[in-house]
Amino acid sequence: MSLTSNSIDLKQGFIRQFELFEKALNGKSLTDFHQTRKKALKAFEGLGLPDRKTENYKYTPITRSLNKKFRFDYESLGKPTISKEVVDKLLIKDLDAYNIVLINGQYSKELSSVDIELSGLEIRDFKSAYEAQPDLVGTYFAKYANFNEDPFTALNTAFSLDGTFMKVADNVVVDKPVMVYAIADANAANWAVQPRNLVIVGKNSQASIIENYISLGNEPTFTNAVSEIVLDENAYFDYYKLEMQGENAYHVGNTQVYQVRSSTFNATTISLTGSLIRNNLNVVLDDEHCEANMNGLYLLDDHQHVDNQTVVDHKKPNSLSNELYKGILGGSSTGVFNGRIYVRPNAQKTNAFQSNKNILLTDEASINAKPQLEIWADDVKCSHGATTGQLDEEQLFYLRSRGIGQQEARSLLLYAFAMDALEKVKIDVLREYIDHHINTRLNK
Amino acid sequence: MSKDTEILEELNSSEYKYGFESNIEAESAPKGLDENIIRFISRKKNEPQWMLEWRLKAYRHWLTLEEPTWPNVKYPKIDYQNIIYYSAPKQKVSPKSLDEVDPELRETFEKLGISLDEQKRLTGVAVDAVMDSVSVATTFKDKLAKLGIIFCSFSEAVQEHPELVKKYIGSVVPVNDNYFSALNSAVFSDGSFCYIPKGVKCPMELSTYFRINAANTGQFERTLIIAEAGSYVSYLEGCTAPMRDENQLHAAVVEIYAAENAEVKYSTVQNWYPGDKDGKGGIYNFVTKRGICAGDHAKISWTQVETGSAVTWKYPSCILKGDYSVGEFYSVAVTNNWQQADTGTKMIHLGKNTRSRIVSKGVSAGHSQNSYRGLVKVNKRARNARNYSQCDSLLMGDKCGAHTFPYIETANPSAQIEHEATTSKIGEDQIFYCLQRGIDEESAVALIVNGYCKEVLNQLPMEFAVEAQKLLALTLEGSVG
Repeated sequence: MSLTSNSIDLKQGFIRQFELFEKALNGKSLTDFHQTRKKALKAFEGLGLPDRKTENYKYTPITRSLNKKFRFDYESLGKPTISKEVVDKLLIKDLDAYNIVLINGQYSKELSSVDIELSGLEIRDFKSAYEAQPDLVGTYFAKYANFNEDPFTALNTAFSLDGTFMKVADNVVVDKPVMVYAIADANAANWAVQPRNLVIVGKNSQASIIENYISLGNEPTFTNAVSEIVLDENAYFDYYKLEMQGENAYHVGNTQVYQVRSSTFNATTISLTGSLIRNNLNVVLDDEHCEANMNGLYLLDDHQHVDNQTVVDHKKPNSLSNELYKGILGGSSTGVFNGRIYVRPNAQKTNAFQSNKNILLTDEASINAKPQLEIWADDVKCSHGATTGQLDEEQLFYLRSRGIGQQEARSLLLYAFAMDALEKVKIDVLREYIDHHINTRLNK
Repeated sequence: MSKDTEILEELNSSEYKYGFESNIEAESAPKGLDENIIRFISRKKNEPQWMLEWRLKAYRHWLTLEEPTWPNVKYPKIDYQNIIYYSAPKQKVSPKSLDEVDPELRETFEKLGISLDEQKRLTGVAVDAVMDSVSVATTFKDKLAKLGIIFCSFSEAVQEHPELVKKYIGSVVPVNDNYFSALNSAVFSDGSFCYIPKGVKCPMELSTYFRINAANTGQFERTLIIAEAGSYVSYLEGCTAPMRDENQLHAAVVEIYAAENAEVKYSTVQNWYPGDKDGKGGIYNFVTKRGICAGDHAKISWTQVETGSAVTWKYPSCILKGDYSVGEFYSVAVTNNWQQADTGTKMIHLGKNTRSRIVSKGVSAGHSQNSYRGLVKVNKRARNARNYSQCDSLLMGDKCGAHTFPYIETANPSAQIEHEATTSKIGEDQIFYCLQRGIDEESAVALIVNGYCKEVLNQLPMEFAVEAQKLLALTLEGSVG
């Protein structure tokens, strides 16, 4: 079967599933919300799944990987299939946070623990948030993540049902991070999981969220997540994405950030396990004096494939963006980095920097980088850099001449290489947790 | 700054200085393209049967292809049936000495500063002049022949050295490579051919000068350079065209074959008519250039100064097949008014210990768009490959754009790849520094741009470097002294 007909079959499969999904919604299909879903499905029909010739997915053969008959089963959703004991083991110890647990993309009330004492903070499941305040959610939902451009955003929007909703009022500093455990149950076969998250941060407010993607079991799962993050004037937001899914997990994540005046957005994306990961991180700086910092680290092994795609769109003058992605690739893994900085014609005095550094450890590993600059304004400072190499022989020699073994010296150097991204994690407990995982991997 | 505006205005209004048209009678094929036209061209050139078949094969393949749309350029659709595919300056018999060359033709080349008159030449550059796709005169032929170097027009090579042409044509750029190379393979009318035998160091620069003269014609020339083991050649290419309101198509193919220890240096100063200040007219320059370092320790170096053409679409590439082979790419691309350039290189590392270096400097002014697009690919077996890329863009004015699209594909862990790109405008502090020292603004800009391009200009042979600097000045007149 050719790849093209394969991608058409898959597309038709998703469209048929939408009909079932629609029926199961039980008459809730007349709302505005559902109209958006239908529009998104139409867009998905037009876009189709990417094939080899789709420039944005050139290095990531995702459609081939999805040929597993993934199903979006509405009927069994919302019934937790995983016990509390199992979930408890997954939680990060000693992390003081608002814990949210999503099982197969659905909010689990029993497993989550959100006790809010702070006024001006709202954290709940996306579904009830929409039912309670459709106008508010409707103002933001699907307004930033453009389903007309990306087929996976379209697919998620069409099937959007539940996820995390977070709203911070003006002038509120949120006391602890929001920790989202997005667990895919891979004990049952071929789940398509599509969580939908919405974060709204008001003026002069500060908050942070951690999205941790996990899968349990060894059956294939397909996670297609979309998070929309909207920052008002002077807002300050930290975003962490942690990918620790199983070896049969396929993940596509779209994070769409929208910033206005003097707001700051910091992202840290850490990919540790999972068969195929595609991260789209798009930041729109739609006002002056915005700042966006994006850091990434991917530690790959075996046949893993990780594709990080970032777009920073400087629409207005005087903004700053800074990007650093680092990768360590072992086994026969493949890494892809595709960064695009876009400076609009009137976005003068923009400073935009981007850097991608990779270390290849084995003969079978490969990396494809596509750092791009599209500059339409003249008074700017923009640069990008990309390097690929291996561990420095001299550094290794230095360490070994001081009595440090080969393996240990290697781990030490790789750890130092990863440090740049790791030290951007401001939450101590979280950093130690990631640190522990990285160390285990490097000393393997 | 009002001075800035003034400079930019002046810069935008500077005109093309090579835009004269020579009134030379030309013999042309009718407009349009079909197999008969190809047969006509082939017959005109008195080509052997295999050459015709090769052309037809390319044509048939071309019919199955679609014009590429991925470059970052916009232009109205080309009507391939509205182009004259063959136009030759009318000359009954080939001239025996220069005195027999059409005096008007000679005048044209003198205007361009290329004297065909060997006696008067002091610089020692052998020139093959190609006008409207046909090679009109080649100089210094005898002297080169003594060393065993063949330097002649492509048609002559087909007649006199068919075994060489047959062996190497299409070996680096196959007929089915891309849309424009397939078109070129089908209809190419002439070009230059150069063969450097084993161990010979070519004692002088070889040069081709291209000029489109007749209206409505497309120019499709083909250059083939073969450097045998241990040889060396430095090859120059220059181009101009008259000013016309309609767009003309130039789709050339350049193939370079470098055997073991051979070194080929290919320099281009491209100055096709860029269109007027409103973006009307100009040449579409869609060129396929590729070299292969087939043997160990071979080296191919591309240097280009691109100042002309309305739309440029060009990626001189190196296939580094031999172990320890070296590929280099040095480029200055200047766009002004409504020019669009999408240019860069491909470095394909196949052999062990191969090295490549890319230095690209873009300058955009007016409403122009300047893109760098490049590929560095390290094959699985290419151990210890080394690449260094640097792509800088300089923006002058707020209506222009500078874009960078590098592709880096690494499949070998021992590779060391570095890529760096920056985009900025001329720093106010740099200008201020110069002003403070009594250098006026115009000279200051000139100084800065020249310094910015120096790394590339230094790679050009002396005679060409002077011309290139003049061209830079011309293209950015008003801001470069």
